[in-house]
Amino acid sequence: MPDSAALDSLLTTPLDALHRSLGAKMVPFAGYSMPVQYPLGVLKEHLHTRAAAGLFDVSHMGQADLVGDAIAVALESLVPGELQALKPGRIRYTQLLNDDGGIIDDLMIAKPVDGDINRVHLVVNAACKDKDYAVLQAGLPEAKLERKDDHALLALQGPEAVTVLSRLDTECASMPFMSLRPATINGVDVVISRCGYTGEDGFEISISAADADAVARTLLEQPEVEPIGLGARDSLRLESGLCLYGHDMDDETSPIEADLTWSIGKRRRAEGGFPGDARILKELHEGPSRLRVGLKPIGRAPAREGAVIEVPDGAAVGVVTSGGFGPTAEGPIAMGYVATEHAKPGTRLHLIVRGKALEADVVAMPFVPQRYYRGSK
Amino acid sequence: MTDTRYTKEHEWIRLDGDAATVGITDYAQSQLGDIVFVEVPDSGKAIAKGGEAAVVESVKAASEVYAPVSGTVTEGNAGLGDAPDTVNSDPTGEGWFFKMTLSDAAEFDGLMDQAAYDAYLKEIDA
Repeated sequence: MPDSAALDSLLTTPLDALHRSLGAKMVPFAGYSMPVQYPLGVLKEHLHTRAAAGLFDVSHMGQADLVGDAIAVALESLVPGELQALKPGRIRYTQLLNDDGGIIDDLMIAKPVDGDINRVHLVVNAACKDKDYAVLQAGLPEAKLERKDDHALLALQGPEAVTVLSRLDTECASMPFMSLRPATINGVDVVISRCGYTGEDGFEISISAADADAVARTLLEQPEVEPIGLGARDSLRLESGLCLYGHDMDDETSPIEADLTWSIGKRRRAEGGFPGDARILKELHEGPSRLRVGLKPIGRAPAREGAVIEVPDGAAVGVVTSGGFGPTAEGPIAMGYVATEHAKPGTRLHLIVRGKALEADVVAMPFVPQRYYRGSK
Repeated sequence: MTDTRYTKEHEWIRLDGDAATVGITDYAQSQLGDIVFVEVPDSGKAIAKGGEAAVVESVKAASEVYAPVSGTVTEGNAGLGDAPDTVNSDPTGEGWFFKMTLSDAAEFDGLMDQAAYDAYLKEIDA
């Protein structure tokens, strides 16, 4: 347990009082005091999100705007995502890269709805905020970074999220996946994005800190909605095959190794022009030496982060980077890196857990089908 | 006549004659949350007081269950393999982890009784 001095130095989100009133178990995470679970518990919170709708406080994430001349063009020098062709009001998932092509952080970049070509919206990982902002300022010294530290971020996720949010914002139902728009909820100005980190349809709501508590309470009053903690956020993203920075990728991992090739635009693959492009384009053409894969243990025992991956004859070929129990998958699931020759789905490998070899198969991810909104049915 | 004692790591041990049953307390299961996997020791395994005897896993994390006393395992609870959540619903009954014989009865006498464990829980929750 952290000592009280360490707890006292933690930052709190604008929803701190709400979490405590709901009976959340608070833990330190990325310098913030965050709810890891509510009285419902991780398992039921996870299942509830997949069945109805869950409300997550993700205010610890870094929200900022980057302002500068033709900023999307300039920003392409730091990330491999296609930003020039990104339309106003659309969001791109990409990675900040170092000169070796390793991932400094993964982030969301959006273009403003009004078509302003000199501004982009960013959402970065909580633990990487200061590092990312320094990299952005160093790489783009002419640009101005506007931190939105006075903003909270709420995520409403699950198949009923659209039903719930439509009661407060009638137009959200027609928003495409990976788009954003300004809106008004309960008379409060917000920016709504249709994206998330659960594999489900859902929204993120950026809102001023002062207004966050009231809007969160309004959402929690809806019968479909339960508050969901970081514990279920982690199991939901793992089932959906989504990477967690610092675990499934770090500053030595390339986007190709991390199986994020899909996030690199066609033009960018042809032209390069991002940090580490020599390594990344080489890996793209020749294949990486290791690859992030899904792993499905055969038995009931979960394999956790750090478990060594071996081939059946005993040679180590990789390591588990995230692992646990998938409540919807109804069994243990994991992801990790293996030497590329062992990365084919169906390959039988051993995960070393407490000194014992646990049989596992390489499987395609996600473990649970993603259910993003792909247009009206 | 049975006598139940507790450890600071929130295991319980119930002695009946010279045989004992071991599990985790209601407090422990509530702290762990939904239990999704339990690994119990095999019959015949020698365990030492304070040593790792079993593993209990929630969605989020794996935790060790320590031997409250030294002795020899006589039975692991095979029922937990298919129903690990029994540890949540009935931690001091059907959710037992293993049975054992004791090699040193004095170790049992040195553990907390119910009143001492209740006081300990109050202390850590304060």
